Amino acid sequence: MNCPKNLKYARSHEYVETLENGHVRIGLSDYAQSELGDLVFVNLPQEGDTVSAGEPFADVESVKAVADVLSPVSGTVCAINEDLLDNPQHINEDPYNAWFAEVEVDGYSEDLMDSDAYEAFCEEEKNA
Amino acid sequence: MDKKTPLYDLHVELGGKIVPFGGFLLPVQYPGGIIAEHKAVREQAGIFDVSHMGEALLEGPDALKNLNAILTNQFDNLKIGGCRYTIMLYEDGGCVDDLIVYRMGEETFFLVLNAANAQKDIAYIREHLTGEVTFTDLCDKTAQIALQGPQAKSILAKLADESAFPTGYYTFVKHLQVAGVDCLCSRTGYTGEFGYELYMAPEHAETVFRALLENGAVPCGLGARDTLRLEAAMPLYGHEINEEIDPLTAGLDFAVKTDKPFIGRDALLKKGEPTLHRVGLEVTGRGVVREHMKVFAGEEEIGFTTSGTFCPYVNKGCAMAYVPAAYTQPGTEVEVEVRSRRVSCRVVPLPFYSRTRKKS
Repeated sequence: MNCPKNLKYARSHEYVETLENGHVRIGLSDYAQSELGDLVFVNLPQEGDTVSAGEPFADVESVKAVADVLSPVSGTVCAINEDLLDNPQHINEDPYNAWFAEVEVDGYSEDLMDSDAYEAFCEEEKNA
Repeated sequence: MDKKTPLYDLHVELGGKIVPFGGFLLPVQYPGGIIAEHKAVREQAGIFDVSHMGEALLEGPDALKNLNAILTNQFDNLKIGGCRYTIMLYEDGGCVDDLIVYRMGEETFFLVLNAANAQKDIAYIREHLTGEVTFTDLCDKTAQIALQGPQAKSILAKLADESAFPTGYYTFVKHLQVAGVDCLCSRTGYTGEFGYELYMAPEHAETVFRALLENGAVPCGLGARDTLRLEAAMPLYGHEINEEIDPLTAGLDFAVKTDKPFIGRDALLKKGEPTLHRVGLEVTGRGVVREHMKVFAGEEEIGFTTSGTFCPYVNKGCAMAYVPAAYTQPGTEVEVEVRSRRVSCRVVPLPFYSRTRKKS
């Protein structure tokens, strides 16, 4: 399982990457994409949408099922990764470059984890 | 408690993602993923553990008479060595299950049942048997492996005598030695692809599965089994047919012979022309259509979907749905409500994929 050290992670398996301008990019972790399996469709928010920490802001469909993607932050969407609309498989292939949305942050979810804590959390979930 | 098939440990060893299905623990996929497995069956060959399927044996001087009376199809002209698809109905015309009957001898028939329905089916058949017959539950004594794909024959030929293979679609041979294991081998399957299904004693299933793997067959899970059968528009009990949806509505007329008496015939005849018809929907908008979603024409709710997913080989979102006759014409535009959003779809002819008109 690949969990880059520079990212924060939510219990619902989204990652948060902080950019130099203070905005964040949100995506699905490697563990999440592997659990979901081959992704075939992504529904993204639009620029200007507000998102709330802990609330769905996008959804993904695998061959077998649909899953909500929850926002780990509250704020305003300032960019979306349109590549994913045509190439949802990029989430499986390269999850940490396949960000969903860039958000100008008003506040963070309280229980974001660092990579070590997240790795331990995933191990626990796997064995549950 | 879900049962393990004789291949359970091998699935785990191969990295299969195990899920409960029809009372069994089976792999939904292996590490390659559903799309790769699906394509392997269309382009090479895949193997599936289908040991969860139920089996039973009906034999005796009155066996044939009983099948004709209990099942919708006609078995008088089924030759020894032939298989036949059929439905079993309740008195009210709803489906108990769909099954395949193998004629082993003049008075001996092998029945293959859906896993989740097997015990219900066996009890139902037993309850309706008359005359001189014996009926034996073989579910726990039979393992089953499906080998499907254009390379199925060449792979099997490395492990068994090719001159002994069943040739015609829906025929079988009672004995074929595969990797030294005695198997019943039929030219059947649930993928829309050329292939075989092998039945053997549970203790020998692993030998056969491993031998097929070693000769290049790709292990495939329940996920690919479902996308393959959907792409080929094969009905699945609990989806396209069930206690409420009768086989004529499902378009399975070929397996319903109303010129002879059988349980449920009178109810079917009384219903007359079906009010709904099974159609294929191809998703033209954005989204994935799944089962149990509402179908709309404008503001009017006209029907419902029974199965739907993204079909990897035709590379499209596909669904099967029930709609009134006025909306069955290919090219008809409809919408499906997907999580409170409308997704555009077009009615297309079934199946979505046919081996014989495959692009090559």
